[in-house]
Amino acid sequence: MTALDTSPPRVEQAQSVWSLRWKRFRGHRTGMIALGILVLLVLFTLSAGPIVAWTGIDPDATDLLSRYDPPSAEHWLGMDDAGRDELLRLMYGGQISLLVGLVSTLIGGVVGLGIGLCAGYFGGRLDALLMRFTDGMIALPLLPLLIVFGAVDLTKLGFSSEFAHSGAAGFWRVVVIIAIVDWTQMARLVRAATLSLKERDYVLAAKASGASPFYVMAAHILPNVATPIIVAGTLTVGRVILLESVLSFLGFGIVPPTPSWGNMLNNAQELVTTAPALAVYPGLLIFITVIAVNFIGDGLQHAFDPRSSR
Amino acid sequence: MTGFVLRRCLQALLVLWVMSFVIYGLIGLMPGDPLDVMIASNPGATPEIVAHLRQIYGLDQPMPLRYWHWLLDALHGDFGFSRTHSEPVLIVLAPALAQTCKLMLISFVLSVVLAFALGVAAARKPGGWVDGFVSLFAFAGISVPVFWLALILIIVFAVQLHWLPASGMGTVGDNGLIDQIRHLTLPVATLTLASTGQFTRYVRAAMIETMRMDFIRTARAKGLGEGRLVIRHALRNALIPVVTIMALSFGTLFSGALVTETMFAQWGMGKMIYDSILANDYNLALVGLLFATLITLLSNLIADLAYGWLDPRISLK
Amino acid sequence: MTDAPPILEIDRISVHFPMAGGGWFSGPAPVLRAVETVSLAIRPGETLALVGESGSGKSTLGQVVAGLREPTLGTLKFHGVPMGKAEWRAARKAIQIVFQDPFSALDPRMPVSDLITEPLKIQRIGSAAERRERAAALVAQVGLPLDALNRYPHEFSGGQRQRIAIARALAPDPSLIVADEPLSALDVSIQSQVLNLMKGIQEERGLSYLFISHDLAVVNHLADRVAVLYLGRLVELAPRASLFAQPSHPYTAALLDAVPRIGRGRRRRGRSLSGEMPSPLNPPPGCVFHTRCPKVQAICKITPPMLEPAPGRPTHLAACHFKE
Repeated sequence: MTALDTSPPRVEQAQSVWSLRWKRFRGHRTGMIALGILVLLVLFTLSAGPIVAWTGIDPDATDLLSRYDPPSAEHWLGMDDAGRDELLRLMYGGQISLLVGLVSTLIGGVVGLGIGLCAGYFGGRLDALLMRFTDGMIALPLLPLLIVFGAVDLTKLGFSSEFAHSGAAGFWRVVVIIAIVDWTQMARLVRAATLSLKERDYVLAAKASGASPFYVMAAHILPNVATPIIVAGTLTVGRVILLESVLSFLGFGIVPPTPSWGNMLNNAQELVTTAPALAVYPGLLIFITVIAVNFIGDGLQHAFDPRSSR
Repeated sequence: MTGFVLRRCLQALLVLWVMSFVIYGLIGLMPGDPLDVMIASNPGATPEIVAHLRQIYGLDQPMPLRYWHWLLDALHGDFGFSRTHSEPVLIVLAPALAQTCKLMLISFVLSVVLAFALGVAAARKPGGWVDGFVSLFAFAGISVPVFWLALILIIVFAVQLHWLPASGMGTVGDNGLIDQIRHLTLPVATLTLASTGQFTRYVRAAMIETMRMDFIRTARAKGLGEGRLVIRHALRNALIPVVTIMALSFGTLFSGALVTETMFAQWGMGKMIYDSILANDYNLALVGLLFATLITLLSNLIADLAYGWLDPRISLK
Repeated sequence: MTDAPPILEIDRISVHFPMAGGGWFSGPAPVLRAVETVSLAIRPGETLALVGESGSGKSTLGQVVAGLREPTLGTLKFHGVPMGKAEWRAARKAIQIVFQDPFSALDPRMPVSDLITEPLKIQRIGSAAERRERAAALVAQVGLPLDALNRYPHEFSGGQRQRIAIARALAPDPSLIVADEPLSALDVSIQSQVLNLMKGIQEERGLSYLFISHDLAVVNHLADRVAVLYLGRLVELAPRASLFAQPSHPYTAALLDAVPRIGRGRRRRGRSLSGEMPSPLNPPPGCVFHTRCPKVQAICKITPPMLEPAPGRPTHLAACHFKE
């Protein structure tokens, strides 16, 4: 006679969708390698502070007598065109460039998300208006527009001269102008996803219970567009880093003395003949960062949608 | 069809008009003032004289009014005077426009051809080592900063190997074709390499998608050789959407062209815009930017129309 | 079923969709008449089946009853109260809906416990703890194990998902559930399980169903009364037994004849329909069914028939000049 199992049923945790995805990402070799590289790069840039504390080198001290000094035991990559330690400049520049990439992507992403959601969900004339606007922005030449925005004199907008020339203003200016021109991809993506999602039966069921548009967007649409947003956001970071670097290179982004990988190549023509190595390092770091980010984005895409073609 | 064309043209004009207003306003926010140079070069300019000059030139009027005057002049063909070149803006910009178009078109054609060659080769065996190499190349292409690529090319080919000139459009005194080509090589190479990456990805993805389709399996089952014949079948089908995307991307080449021109001292629109903003020559900057917008708008319009015309399934509503 | 007043009354509801086209040169824009002047009532505790083929407008009418679509014309009264925007807000918990496709009816990102109690959350009924308790009770009522609460929809079969959807509809304790073809997407063996579940719930709670279906065999099992729609118009409305035993409208008769009777004798001949349902953009004049009707006469092409009792059967209504 078998005894009855009268213990209460165990309520197990289901394997959530996210842990499944992380597993798939782990299996994607290039994505994992790229993630490792990116982590190393971030650590690299963050080690500037500790190194300064440990060696006592002043990263901003210019010494015109040591311009273009070759690598030495004290300065591993030598000195840059103003006599500053090149390695430290690269590290601090990396912090700035990466931070701009992150913050700008976030801001532009939120704007694009908002516009795409509203256009897709409410449809009708709001959609038509927003899409005209988006299409108009897409049609504009990106870099010239950024240059014009970057050249704006903040004092004419009412900011004090002191603020206008501060490092913080420079940082935020770049972040804002890139976000202003770069939200369109996200908007289109979110709009397309919203259009298809809002017709789903579970949305109708929620509406039948009296759900407001806000509730539907927050509870049903956003979680279901999370995956394409994450992939698009990752790729956007790469794009933004490239934009910031070219802007800073041209002199309209992050301006010296604040370092950025882009503006370290400001007087590239001179570097090319006198110290070619200095012309290589910053660009190489940008290149490695962006390619790593792109590979991560690719890996994420496969993790989220294993059916996509290799 | 004509309704569609008309509507798109009107939309383009609207964008152009709004852009002109926005840029005019933005340029008003640029550092400096048209009168600054005058004041700097004339120490005798008292505040009264400056105020008087402001009035004469209409610089004390509110921005919308000044914009209106500019617009009226522009519609009559008068785009103002370039301060740094001492010539009317249009005369300065016309050859620059031609130069940029030359650079963009040559690079575009080359990168399309290259992208097709690479993309098709990669799609023949997805996952194979050719595919791996091409994919890596494509990723690199979309990840590389254009200005750095230019620098590397300059360092390798101009400084180290001395094969090609580092910048400029021609050597003084030499008007020959070979010399022009030599000066154009690195800029074209830069822009081509930068654009090939994304085009290659399109071609490869489209080809892989098409090769999966049933009609290819049927052709193979019928005994068609894997090589050129199947490729030709697949290619023809993949062609239309891919070419459309590429054509729509033509306008984005302008940003790359701007950087390339600046790096290699090519006197095109990009360099014009850049120099004019640096030099406070705002008349030139404004019109240059509008021309740049026009290029992008026009190329998008042509691509849209061509797509609608090529693909019989699209109804141009 | 009592003689209690109806909980839902629809009075001459029409749903028209204006189509694109038309303008200065091509005349007025075409209008798609999905539902045309339908009047119905549903009593407490009864199942009213809404039957018709694709394009008959039954889903559209179901959406109007569930408050998902505003009718172009006509009024809807719930418990005697005409429903405007303000009234709907309160009525949302009393009228719920179950959809046809169990795979798109549940948000794949939400666990079952959240799915079931969503109507309560939206209507702000009960605290989180109370909702959790309710979820456990509901899950048991639809015959699913307790550990289902923490699982996700993709872990369940079609039939189980439909049970989850039913549990969701039951959560706010409604008095009317609109069931839009709830069994059509399920395997036949599962259909009877879910059907019995729905029947049991109705007996227990005394709620009403507006049961939309194209499957007459299922309707025969569940319905108290049957309404037949053709091209958006109500052509017959009768108690179930009467309708199945002797349909009054030729369309209903043809529908019944088309149901395959496995092992139950030969099909009656001579009543199959010809042609296809006309487009709701361009309904035929007079009686909309006249283009396919075996009994068509001259009057049918001119005068639309009214919904009136069949001869000798006062509770059996049909819209036909030659009803039986």
